[in-house]
Amino acid sequence: MMRIKEEAVERHVLAVMVDNEAGILARIAGMFTARGYNIESLTVADISEDHAISRITIATNGPPHVIEQIIAQLDRLVPVHSVRDLTEAGPHVQRELALVKVAGKGENRIEAMRLADAYRARIVDASTESFVFEITGAPDKIETFVALMREVGLVEVGRTGVVAISRGPDAA
Amino acid sequence: MPGNAVALRCSIAYQSPALCGSGEKLEQIVAEKSGADILVETLLDLGVDTVFGYPGGAVLPIYDGLYEHPKIKHILVRHEQAATHAAEGYARSTGKPGVVLVTSGPGATNAVTGITDALMDSIPMVVITGQVATNLIGTDAFQEADTVGITRHCTKHNYLVKKPSQLASVVREAFHIATEGRPGPVVIDIPKNVQVAATEFQRHGGKHNNRYQPQIDGDFKAVNEAAEMIMQAKAPIFYTGGGIINSGPKASETLQELAALTGAPVTSTLMGLGAFPASSDQWLGMLGMHGTFEANMAMNRADLIICLGARFDDRITGRIDAFSPDSKKIHVDIDRSSINKTIRVDLPVVGDVGRVMEQLLAVLKGRKFSAPDYEEWWARIKGWRARNCLEYPENDKEIMPQLAVRKLWEATKDRDPIITTEVGQHQMWAAQHFDFELPNKWLTSGGLGTMGYGLPAAIGAQLGNPDSLVIDIAGEASIQMNIQELGTATQYRLPVKLFILNNEYMGMVRQWQELTYESRYSNSYSDSLPDFVKLAESYGWKGICIEKPADLEAGIKEMIETDGPVLVDCRVAKLANCFPMIPSGAAHTEMLLSPEDIKGTMDDQAKALV
Ligand SMILES: Cc1ncc(C[n+]2csc(CCOP(=O)(O)OP(=O)(O)O)c2C)c(N)n1
Ligand SMILES: [Mg+2]
Repeated sequence: MMRIKEEAVERHVLAVMVDNEAGILARIAGMFTARGYNIESLTVADISEDHAISRITIATNGPPHVIEQIIAQLDRLVPVHSVRDLTEAGPHVQRELALVKVAGKGENRIEAMRLADAYRARIVDASTESFVFEITGAPDKIETFVALMREVGLVEVGRTGVVAISRGPDAA
Repeated sequence: MPGNAVALRCSIAYQSPALCGSGEKLEQIVAEKSGADILVETLLDLGVDTVFGYPGGAVLPIYDGLYEHPKIKHILVRHEQAATHAAEGYARSTGKPGVVLVTSGPGATNAVTGITDALMDSIPMVVITGQVATNLIGTDAFQEADTVGITRHCTKHNYLVKKPSQLASVVREAFHIATEGRPGPVVIDIPKNVQVAATEFQRHGGKHNNRYQPQIDGDFKAVNEAAEMIMQAKAPIFYTGGGIINSGPKASETLQELAALTGAPVTSTLMGLGAFPASSDQWLGMLGMHGTFEANMAMNRADLIICLGARFDDRITGRIDAFSPDSKKIHVDIDRSSINKTIRVDLPVVGDVGRVMEQLLAVLKGRKFSAPDYEEWWARIKGWRARNCLEYPENDKEIMPQLAVRKLWEATKDRDPIITTEVGQHQMWAAQHFDFELPNKWLTSGGLGTMGYGLPAAIGAQLGNPDSLVIDIAGEASIQMNIQELGTATQYRLPVKLFILNNEYMGMVRQWQELTYESRYSNSYSDSLPDFVKLAESYGWKGICIEKPADLEAGIKEMIETDGPVLVDCRVAKLANCFPMIPSGAAHTEMLLSPEDIKGTMDDQAKALV
């Protein structure tokens, strides 16, 4: 019988500047599905003074030759101005924000607060039996924090997805 | 409709310039115009003279704008798919963009196949679709379809125009995008109220923004490096493609200069046929799945592949890991995403292939390079040529399809005919046995492989080239996919010739079933065929049936010498197969040259490939 082979993948974070026009997200996201590429997370917001340009941060994964194709395929879309592979370009900061709701009483509640403190999560809402924590950090930090909260009464999580920017004085 | 009352029907601007004074003054005139009139004016301004379309509720304002139009000819097809293929045929034979106009919903969805076809084959095309009024969008209104959603990934770009004030600049940008860089289809979806509402319009004004500026010149360092690699090579080959045709006729001339200067052999993809004259000694024929033995062997054994405007498609490469293992590869392409997509190359050069070839020529000449004799290389190529891979068995009872194509070529070659095809064996036989000397004469659906392409494409080509002999080499199955277009040719008095290689099978499907599924011919027999001659006659065409080899020449002669449209039902050997063939998943060196080479069934790995 025939088997389908899998290749080893790398994670890359891309910063994509696009015209802020109708349908642009569908165009980008649809290109990923149409060509079988992966999206780990995708964030978008307009960033220019006149609201004409949006910055899309895409965390994706794939074998190196696929990453190269993803960049070329993004770049040929008409509303795309530039594509930067931040992972390839060198040191960069990645941040994500999460809101984490935990419910419980007694020992669990105290433990949740202690952990939140250790992870520098802020309390943004509290009731006698729940907290909502706000935490920012690199995705793996958030990952770990959410895993810990699972043990002390996690109710739900909302995550923004990654935004990233290169280190140093220059634009990527 | 708010703006409706003030909508000025100012077709005056072009009909009687005397009224408006001189040309310059004309530019300054700002008039209130409806969206539909702005569209028509802008098309006119962009030099559009032919539109292929089909009316419907959501485009009635535009159709009214085209009513008895003195300069824009509207060709009424019989199915929207045919409008898109006709536009492709027009575009590929003239170099100008093809323009299509269809209604919302079913009009737009019927056009999707041709739009996708144009995307795959890089054909410049602008498709205008009607849409329900903006306030109805999203309500499942009558004949509403999410046209921009449906066409987002089968167009180079698409638009939904929500305000009449955006129309002129969108249309201008659409033509720019469709024709510049790697050409492709662009859809403009225009809601009906946007067609009716009025806005200020400045003729010749409304510049679009210049956000799309593809790279034309090749990077100088890369071109130099390419020249260096060519000068070092002992066994180079030019692997050319449709990009050369798209670059324009001058690119074909530059290719010939480059070939003459280097003395290297030239092969081409299906899409590139005609860019290099088949009569040249340096021509190896088409490469790939049904390419010649010499072209595929030369690709496999070359030490340098110079890929010019082609894209290492799977029909070309065969098994990737066995594709030309020992060669260095240069890839010139205007689309960066084509480079390193399937085959890793040593030197990418992004730019217009015609321009890059000119740069390359200049560098080679500057370095006083002249053709080395490549004696050993040509000796090997001659050895491969001696296999006569396009030979086919003689047959005095049945017409061999290859012979029919060859006779057609012999009878028409002096007139440089434009040949279109459908998809199947007949398409491959046409590619193998019809020789092309010039670009823009060979129109076929390569990337998408769309049955039903040929007849409408021939209609489009005939409109763009009224004096040319245009022939669709068809299969009896494919032709039935857009057979209704016989009526279009009749209506516009187009002397299109339709030459059907009728083998009573979906021959290409049957051939694969023979090779892969032990001749279980599941649903590949063309049952209940119409009487093609009578069918032709009922549309006002002449119909000819050729049944015997002895009647072939006379039948072809009669077809050519008849002034109007002619359908030829040429009955050919039913079970003939198309060779050479590289079975999918096989290497270039594992070519099947004749039925004797076929053994057993394929394994699952090969069956999984298309
Ligand atoms: C629209 C479409 N449907 C199906 C196919 C698959 N297909 C490829 S060739 C072929 C048979 C074509 O038969 P015919 O037109 O008689 O040509 P022949 O191969 O016999 O020369 C089919 C069904 C296709 N290419 N296009
Ligand atoms: Mg057939």
